[in-house]
Amino acid sequence: MTRPAASAAPTTTGPSAQDAPTARHPVRALLRRPELGALVAALGVFVFFSLTNSVFLSPAGVSTWLYSSSLFGIMAVAVALLMIGGEFDLSAGAMTGTTGLLVGIMTTQWGLNVWVAMLVALAIALTIGAANALIVVKTGLPSFIVTLATFFILQGLNLAVTKLITGSVVIQGMNQVPFFDTVKILFGSTIPVFGLDLKVAVLWWFAVIALATWVLLRTRSGNWIVAVGGDQPAARQLGVPVLKVKLSLFMTTAGAGWLVGMLMLFDVSTVQATTGIGQEFIYIICAVVGGSLLTGGYGSAAGAALGALIYGMTLQGIVFAQWDNNWLKAFLGVMLLLAVLVNLSVRKRVGARA
Amino acid sequence: MSAAPILEVRSIGKSYGPVRALHGVSATVAAGDVLCVLGDNGAGKSTLIKILAGVHPHTEGELLAHGRPVTFASPRAALDLGITTVYQDLAVVPLMPVWRNFFLGAELTIGPFRRLDIRRMRHLAHTELARMGIRLRDVDQPIGTLSGGERQSVAIARAVYFGASVVILDEPTAALGVTQSGVVLRYIMQARDLGLGVVFITHNPHHAYPVGDRFLLLEHSTSLGVFPKAGISLAEMTALMAGGAELEALAHELERPPSSRE
Repeated sequence: MTRPAASAAPTTTGPSAQDAPTARHPVRALLRRPELGALVAALGVFVFFSLTNSVFLSPAGVSTWLYSSSLFGIMAVAVALLMIGGEFDLSAGAMTGTTGLLVGIMTTQWGLNVWVAMLVALAIALTIGAANALIVVKTGLPSFIVTLATFFILQGLNLAVTKLITGSVVIQGMNQVPFFDTVKILFGSTIPVFGLDLKVAVLWWFAVIALATWVLLRTRSGNWIVAVGGDQPAARQLGVPVLKVKLSLFMTTAGAGWLVGMLMLFDVSTVQATTGIGQEFIYIICAVVGGSLLTGGYGSAAGAALGALIYGMTLQGIVFAQWDNNWLKAFLGVMLLLAVLVNLSVRKRVGARA
Repeated sequence: MSAAPILEVRSIGKSYGPVRALHGVSATVAAGDVLCVLGDNGAGKSTLIKILAGVHPHTEGELLAHGRPVTFASPRAALDLGITTVYQDLAVVPLMPVWRNFFLGAELTIGPFRRLDIRRMRHLAHTELARMGIRLRDVDQPIGTLSGGERQSVAIARAVYFGASVVILDEPTAALGVTQSGVVLRYIMQARDLGLGVVFITHNPHHAYPVGDRFLLLEHSTSLGVFPKAGISLAEMTALMAGGAELEALAHELERPPSSRE
């Protein structure tokens, strides 16, 4: 079983297959993937809750934890890309609230067309993302501190502005807005798939995973993201446009915040001013559990999605089992610690002969 | 050795404000020629590299690339003329596979969606490295798992592949052990045999002497001259570098307890 490459390779690698040294060893290639640990853990969590309660595997149960995972997952994938690029975005959680509130206020309070309101919210989100990137790249300050500031600004504005305009901290009545039902098809509908009532958010999540994986592994931009996160001076020396890469990454995260904001808004037709607060760390934890290094330069989109799946399954599994919800936090902490230890060993193995 | 020089400096110099970091240095590099630049710390080696690599433009004298006088405004300008610098802190990303590092910043793409042509890049990386005599089991291994000498060699192979006519190597052996230094010296000869001009900057005459064709000695920000290999011995070179009399005195002092070491 040591050298199956010679017999297996020709079908997959074609003309270069004679080149034994470059032929990929399938098992070694799998072991080298960053998301392997998360995959094993996800299977474990799945089996555990399947065995311990009956609701978990029921159609309603599956739809519930898939939906929960998808909202965290879309953000986790975007945040993972950003982390692979060597940066953090602590304002990502608050952004899901900001965009929802913007659309809510513009439509219910000012009577703006819902499509226009959504575009304006997207433009504002992207602008905030670009501002994060510009400040980080131009000043060289850690993104941790820059986006911590953005986080507080957004958190404060979400509450203050919403109260100022509506007099309360919740925006309701979205479903009275013209065209609400049309937009709901895109962001808030439910689709029957194999007997499951699948929320459309889950499909968005899969699309985001596929797109992010493609970009990361199969495009020049993906190569640049990994390089910028791995060794920024080296990447710059070789002509990688660092500012452009970081701008796209921060704007992607902000854009993902907008997408999740819309998904939540059109699912329940209300939005609270505190939406998304405290979730920025969940996204980072999902990315890390999925194999992304906190120091950048290594990770995977699918891994982050698996991290979110683990979180979603655990969150809902604990509810189904009617256990004390506080177990979730403890579990999350243990997962994070394990993941960081695994990632550390990856880094050591690779950097050992530096 | 006697071919038209690809890169030439004529009494070149550089001042940072009132500080004269380098002056009066003349030398040439032709295709298939190894010019070693030797000097102690602070002799002006790094200032010379910065001029050649386009990091800082020179303020006196002339710099000629392919026979034409030039002033490099940026490292890009030097690169565009085929002058590639491999720095001591290599431009590689440790966690990325060898082939991704090899093509970083100049990736090959295919098809309407500009998908990475992974198969071709892996194949090319493998064959280009083999051409330099670097045999890797697997171009998918992270470059951080290679030894220091191998990484240096990958950087040289990359420069060769991307059409460099001159490679400037900044102290490539400084951080390496004896065996690894040997590996890098062999690749310097490989690059020379492939017809590149090589500028090899080092403070170690023992590394420079076996591979160099000519030796530019720097001291106190200026040139002591360019010596062809035929005109100088290793001992003479070492003596010149260390400032002759000073070294002799030091040698006497060190020889006092005779053969206490082997």
